[in-house]
Amino acid sequence: MQASPAIAAVPAGAGEDAAIVIEDVDKHFGDVKALRGLSARIHYGRLTGLVGPDGAGKTTLMRILTGLLVPNAGHVTLAGYDVVKDNDAIHVASGYMPQRFGLYEDLSVMENMRLYAQLRGMDADRNADLFAELLDFTRLGPFTKRLAGKLSGGMKQKLGLACALMARPKVLLLDEPGVGVDPVSRQDLWRMVQALTDEGMAVVWSTAYLDEAERCESVLLLNQGQLLFDGPPQELTAQLEGRSFRLEDVGAERRAVLTQALDLPSVSDGVIQGAGVRVVLREGAQAEQLQALSDQARVELAQVPARFEDAFIDLLGGGPGGTSTLAERLPPVELGSDIAVSCRNLTKRFGEFTATDNVSFEVQKGEIFGLLGPNGAGKSTTFKMLCGLLKPTAGEAHVVGHDLRRATGAAKSRLGYMAQKFSLYGLLSVQQNLEFSAGVYGLEGNTRRERIAEMIETFDLGDWLSATPDSLPLGHKQRLALACSLMHRPPVLFLDEPTSGVDPITRREFWTHINGLARKGVTIMVTTHFMDEAEYCDRVAMLSRAQLIALDTPDALKRSAVSPERPDPTMEDAFIHLVESADRELEAAT
Amino acid sequence: MLTSAFSFTRLRAQFIKEVLSVLRDPRSRMVVFVPPILQLLVFAFAATLEVRNVDIAVYDQDAGRWSHELVQRLDSARFITHVRHVDSQQQLHELIDRGEVIAALAIPVDFSRSIAAGESGRAQVLVDGRRSNSGQITVAYLSTIAADVGAEVVPDAQAPTPVVVRHWFNPNLVYRWFIVPGLTGILALFSALLITSLSIARERELGTFDQLLVSPTSTPEIIISKSLPALAIGTALGLFMISAGVFLFGIPFTGSFALLLASLVLFIASVVGIGLMISAVSMTQQQAILGAFAVGVPAVLMSGFATPVENMPVVLQWLAQAIPLTHFLIIVEGSFLKAMPPGDILASLWPLAVIALATLTMATVFVRGRLQ
Repeated sequence: MQASPAIAAVPAGAGEDAAIVIEDVDKHFGDVKALRGLSARIHYGRLTGLVGPDGAGKTTLMRILTGLLVPNAGHVTLAGYDVVKDNDAIHVASGYMPQRFGLYEDLSVMENMRLYAQLRGMDADRNADLFAELLDFTRLGPFTKRLAGKLSGGMKQKLGLACALMARPKVLLLDEPGVGVDPVSRQDLWRMVQALTDEGMAVVWSTAYLDEAERCESVLLLNQGQLLFDGPPQELTAQLEGRSFRLEDVGAERRAVLTQALDLPSVSDGVIQGAGVRVVLREGAQAEQLQALSDQARVELAQVPARFEDAFIDLLGGGPGGTSTLAERLPPVELGSDIAVSCRNLTKRFGEFTATDNVSFEVQKGEIFGLLGPNGAGKSTTFKMLCGLLKPTAGEAHVVGHDLRRATGAAKSRLGYMAQKFSLYGLLSVQQNLEFSAGVYGLEGNTRRERIAEMIETFDLGDWLSATPDSLPLGHKQRLALACSLMHRPPVLFLDEPTSGVDPITRREFWTHINGLARKGVTIMVTTHFMDEAEYCDRVAMLSRAQLIALDTPDALKRSAVSPERPDPTMEDAFIHLVESADRELEAAT
Repeated sequence: MLTSAFSFTRLRAQFIKEVLSVLRDPRSRMVVFVPPILQLLVFAFAATLEVRNVDIAVYDQDAGRWSHELVQRLDSARFITHVRHVDSQQQLHELIDRGEVIAALAIPVDFSRSIAAGESGRAQVLVDGRRSNSGQITVAYLSTIAADVGAEVVPDAQAPTPVVVRHWFNPNLVYRWFIVPGLTGILALFSALLITSLSIARERELGTFDQLLVSPTSTPEIIISKSLPALAIGTALGLFMISAGVFLFGIPFTGSFALLLASLVLFIASVVGIGLMISAVSMTQQQAILGAFAVGVPAVLMSGFATPVENMPVVLQWLAQAIPLTHFLIIVEGSFLKAMPPGDILASLWPLAVIALATLTMATVFVRGRLQ
């Protein structure tokens, strides 16, 4: 652990004092109640996770803590100051890093840091020591002259952190620092935050990633503006002990087994983990039904330690069912060949910079194929070439046998695409969005009417037809985006970080549909930053520095990261291991 | 599934989407509906080159018959609100310094005496050079008044002004007659430019442009579907301004309406091409709006709306020929006031057709270039 001696100013007698005291805080925006009667304490020297699904009130609470919002009722004190009355003192005592930190993209790393120092009333020239320390701490030293706009997502977050630490705050508030950051950069952030809490600083880390929550010393679990749990994550997880199981090595049938498991009345939640299926029983339920299922599938049923995510889903009343109404309606996909997507020596150069270097692979019909890699590794460039959004500099890409360079129209009518942030027309109503996507794929007359009606029924959008997509609850918005991209029944579906910023329950519903589609023979190409999503994939292609460094099943990738210290590595461990060993090989070669 | 380069179904879906986007987007709606009304009011009533409602200072040291005559005429002149009498040269300077009067008239002690002696009376006019244009016009008005006084001094002499000017097409030089037809072009230009430059940029911000590019739709379909709503709105606005000119301002419309309509459509088509090019290279709507103004404002300045194209350096004159507004202004002004014959209109119409073809083709290339 790297020490950072002077960054945190340890308050005297920090032991018992709470860094933040929240008392009966209410906040509403019009009719929307963002926070309801919230009371909690946050302590010095501890990493506190502020956890909850999208729209739970995390950002609202953060903004109240920093004095940017005034609560409608209740009191908040931070480092002993009232956030409303002593607003000026709050800005001195706290460092805040919003979701999109206000970095000036046209200034260099150093210029950004100097600017923030000056905004804090510090003389940048006299604080050379502090600057050197922060740069060393964030490992941004080699990049001081680079423009902030040209940094990767992870480096931007680190620079944001350096700027937020400028005034040596007693309390550090980080609003979803892990969003859009790859596991390697995320690990760096953790290391830094750990060092800060060791110094006695109170750090609040808000997140929708539950594996992040598990690493916090204490969590505040929010849902719909209410506090569901306050305490160490292990305490919550312990309540679930004995209810988590894994059906080991189910293999090819795992999606069918998951569907069956989720439809059992005794099961509240389930996900795919590599070749296995992980399930959580309802409270008080026995494992008999599950045992019967594992006997029927002739696989071993093992009890596994509970995770924070299990407890979270359980607290929210369990996950969605396992049957995809969408997939049930679809006819099985018939393709001339078994290869749905393929690329050979795919290369993309932007001037001097090579974004994708000589990548080749083949994707089978009905496969869920994941593209993973750190930010800037060429993952999204490769993905865009495969779906026809970018033209390769060299090499070729085929979708269901059509060359994307020549038969673009034919290839494009056979693929569906769903982007990050669900690219829907916000100015059009739900009905109009559906009509548009039917029309743009050339559907006419009865077929068009039937397909639209079918999508409305399948995804239960009937009540929302005249609403705009932006006013929809997140889950419905995602359903609409999926409906639009599947309107023409494509045999291949491209998903570009489809669940970024989406809560675990909505994510489960989404994967239920995706699993259903894959079982019908639809080929799924997906990029993601969520390691638990990579587990749903049949095979994962790992990219680093524009090159394909690994291509295998999730389990095989995990096995490759096994070491004496880490006998049972997670997907995230495997990711970090693969990227780091690829980097080492590259360094050794040069 | 059969896919062709062109499909009416796909085009129709995109056209409906575009129309709804323009009408439902508050930003686009503002671009469409606010400027016509605002510009109509501002340009037609406020922006005028005539001088009105100004104050004049008079330092009358003479107080004789002729100076009295001169001041009285100033008093009754319609363009002057107040005649400010001062008692010293000092005060005169102060009033001009403070910008309270646009010009000052200093009448010397011997003004009436000189005239009585049969010589010419001399008076000094001081003009505020900071307002050079209005100042010059004021001087012209003042000399007309002085000339009238002169005519009274020598009643039997020849007419004081030997030349009688007759202005053709606009005999009373009504400023609005000149500015409103020109506005038709400028207004249609900015509306079409803004609507189209926002259209792709908006989709890029939403992320829907990628969605469009992965669909089987072809680039010409995208261009056509994005052009049509702007074309319709631009033409409607142009027609609205033309009818405002005819019915509200009573400007004589003497040319061919059919030819004017054809030129209007071609003119807007060429602007749509420019707007789509701007949109194709803009990453955000903000960039698109800035881009539209960066192109639109110089285009208006160089089009011959405010200053004649012939006064510009030769190189810029060539450039002006590439601006669609230059040609459209010739047609619209000609159609309103001087019954421009079809032959002359066609001479300005074909360059418009060429420009429209060029910009729309370039826009297609630009949009396709986004796929690199």
